[in-house]
Amino acid sequence: MTAGIDLGHPQAQAIRSDEDVVRVRQLVRGVAVAVKLSLVDQTKVVTAASELARNTLVYGGGGTVEVATVDNGRRRGVRIVFADSGPGIPDLDLAFTDGYTTGGGLGLGLSGARRLVDEFEIETSPETGTRITVTKWSR
Amino acid sequence: MALSAEESGRLAALLGGHAERVTQRWTEIVAGSLRGRLSQAELRRQVQDLHSAIVATGEHGAIDLSAESAAELRAALSDLSRGRARQGFSATETAISVFALKDVLAGLVEEAGGDNALRDYIAFSRLIDEMGLFTFESFVRTRESLIADQAEQLLELSTPVVKLWEGVVAVPLVGTLDSARAQVVMERLLQTLVDTGSPYAIIDITGVPAVDTQVAQHILKTVVAARLMGADCIISGIRPQIAQTIVALGIEFGDIATKASLADALRHVLRLNGVETARRQPRRDV
Repeated sequence: MTAGIDLGHPQAQAIRSDEDVVRVRQLVRGVAVAVKLSLVDQTKVVTAASELARNTLVYGGGGTVEVATVDNGRRRGVRIVFADSGPGIPDLDLAFTDGYTTGGGLGLGLSGARRLVDEFEIETSPETGTRITVTKWSR
Repeated sequence: MALSAEESGRLAALLGGHAERVTQRWTEIVAGSLRGRLSQAELRRQVQDLHSAIVATGEHGAIDLSAESAAELRAALSDLSRGRARQGFSATETAISVFALKDVLAGLVEEAGGDNALRDYIAFSRLIDEMGLFTFESFVRTRESLIADQAEQLLELSTPVVKLWEGVVAVPLVGTLDSARAQVVMERLLQTLVDTGSPYAIIDITGVPAVDTQVAQHILKTVVAARLMGADCIISGIRPQIAQTIVALGIEFGDIATKASLADALRHVLRLNGVETARRQPRRDV
């Protein structure tokens, strides 16, 4: 049993500042190590979490993240849910275009994060904000 | 939740009338909780300061902790918590210094008796609670400023620019590269390029655990700035997992030279300068 990691129960973290983005990375890394993801997959899921957490902070005006372990009987994985109550994403196709940004970044965060994980779901509306669920399975 | 003028007057009279006993008892209780980590004399002085601030405020009318008239009392409370926070006491140990007054007052009110005793005591308690919370808040504020100071010191510490060879400087990046650190790194690097007149700079990211788009953007900006000054940048320390992540993210480093290790980067630069490095044949002992 890995110390400090409660398997099965989602661990929540608020995203309010840049320091929280670092905390999200550490939290995700801890869970990724616990489910025995390879070093490459650990780095990928941590990087994806970093991108999405920063999006939650910058474009969603802050929100929450929940990190949980998942098990489909054959493989184990990490599931991360990012939720904010920001303005939502008006044009998803545009937002997923490489190089498109409204902020001043590289415009690769959202599309890159989708390529870094195995499953990627997004729900967005101006009323409820944006909710992104990503999963990375161990090989 | 301020005390009325009459209540404040009674509190001031009660505390002022038994000044010696109050400070004595108050000091004892606080000393018990701090277990000798603060000298008796120092503690006594703090308690006396607080005591006289409360009495002085009460004598001048209603005690309202947020009002202008309580400025002296607030100053005494924040002095106390600042001192405690800097000396490494816990929040509880700091708050007890104020809450101890409740015990002292309980005895005094009981002795004085009267129809209003209970009501007065409740009102006094409320004021002390408020003072306690105020202490707590200034304690946290002080701690936060300490942490901010340390973060700044860390920033100073963690970004050395080292000279590797004649005309080659290197920046070993370690840890998280946020905007503030990226700014410091860029400034240091550019300044060192000017100071040393180096045409080559190596940015080593071995110690950066995750390279996301923000980190990449900071690095790219630094490289472009260095190029504007006529220096060539090489990025080294790209481990396999980082390389795969960068590809998946879709970050392009364009024509910037990248190497797996700092040694490779240095060899690359030396070769560009016409310096050949070769392993010397081990001397054969006959």
